[in-house]
Amino acid sequence: MADTRNARRPLSPHLQIYRGGLTMLMSIAHRITGVALYAGTLLLVWWLTAAATSDPYFDMVQAVFASVPGRLVLFGFTWALIHHTLGGIRHLIWDMGRGFGLRHVEMGARLSLAGSIILTLAVWAIGLGVS
Amino acid sequence: MLKKTPLGQVLGLGSAKAGAEHWLRQRVTAVAGIPLVLFLIGYILVHRGASRAEIVASMQNPIVALLMTLTILNLVWHMRLGLQVVIEDYAHANPTKYALLLLNTFFAWVMALAGVHAILKMSFGL
Ligand code: HEM
Repeated sequence: MADTRNARRPLSPHLQIYRGGLTMLMSIAHRITGVALYAGTLLLVWWLTAAATSDPYFDMVQAVFASVPGRLVLFGFTWALIHHTLGGIRHLIWDMGRGFGLRHVEMGARLSLAGSIILTLAVWAIGLGVS
Repeated sequence: MLKKTPLGQVLGLGSAKAGAEHWLRQRVTAVAGIPLVLFLIGYILVHRGASRAEIVASMQNPIVALLMTLTILNLVWHMRLGLQVVIEDYAHANPTKYALLLLNTFFAWVMALAGVHAILKMSFGL
C-alpha cells in the first residue's frame, strides 16, 4: 500500500509528551504484570503436571519452588497476580464509565499499589505460617 | 490506479470485525478471573506443604477439580487475548507479527490441554 503519511502533519502525541506519574506507572505495570503472568502460567501447569506424574518428580518440582530463587519468583508471581487483578478491577470500573475524575484515578493508583503490597505480604505471612 | 471501486479497494484491509468480540471476551474472562484467582490463592495456601497424595486426593473432589479446570481455561483464554493485543501493539512487520500471534495461540493451547489433562488424570485417580 502507498505510504500516505505526510511528514509535515503532526502525529498523535506519543509517550514522551506526557508527564510521568503514578497513574502512568500503574498503567505500564498492568501490562508488564500481564505479560509476566502469561509466562507464569507455565509454573502453575508444570506444578499440576508434576502432581499428576510421580512422587519423585513432584518432590523435585516442590524443591525447585522451595529454593531461594524459586521463592523469589513465586513472591513476584503473587505480587504480579494481585496487582494485575486490582488493576483489572480498575479497568472494569472505567469500562462502566465511572471513576474517570482525576482524584479518583489518582486514588485508584495509590490504592492498587498499596493494596497489592499489603495483600501479597498477607498471603505470604499466611503461607509461611506467621500468625 | 487499480480498476477497483472505492469499496473494493478497502474491503479486506480494515477492521476484521472481531474487535468488539475480543474486547468483550477480555472483560468476561477478567470478571470471571476475580473469584477464580481467589480460589487459586486459597487452594495453594490450604495445600502448602501437602504431599502428592494429598494433592491428588483434593482433585478427587469434583468441585475442586471443576474449579481448577475453570481457572486454567479462563486464565488461558484471558492471557491469550491479552497477549494478542500486546503483540499487535508492538509487532508491525508482518512475518514477525504473524509468527508471534501463532506462537501465542500454540502456547495457550498447550497450557490449556496440559493443565486440564493433569487435573483430570488426578481427578479420575490414575
Ligand atoms: C494469571 C492470570 C492473568 C494473566 C496471565 C493475565 C494476562 C493479561 C494480559 C497479557 C493482558 C494484556 C495486557 C495489556 O494489554 O496491557 C491482560 C489484560 C487485562 N487483564 Fe489480565 N491476566 C490475568 C488475570 C487477570 C485478572 C484476575 C483480572 C481481573 C480483574 C484481569 C483483568 C484484566 C483486564 C481488565 C485487562 C485489560 C486491560 C486493558 O484493556 O488494557 N486479569 N491480562
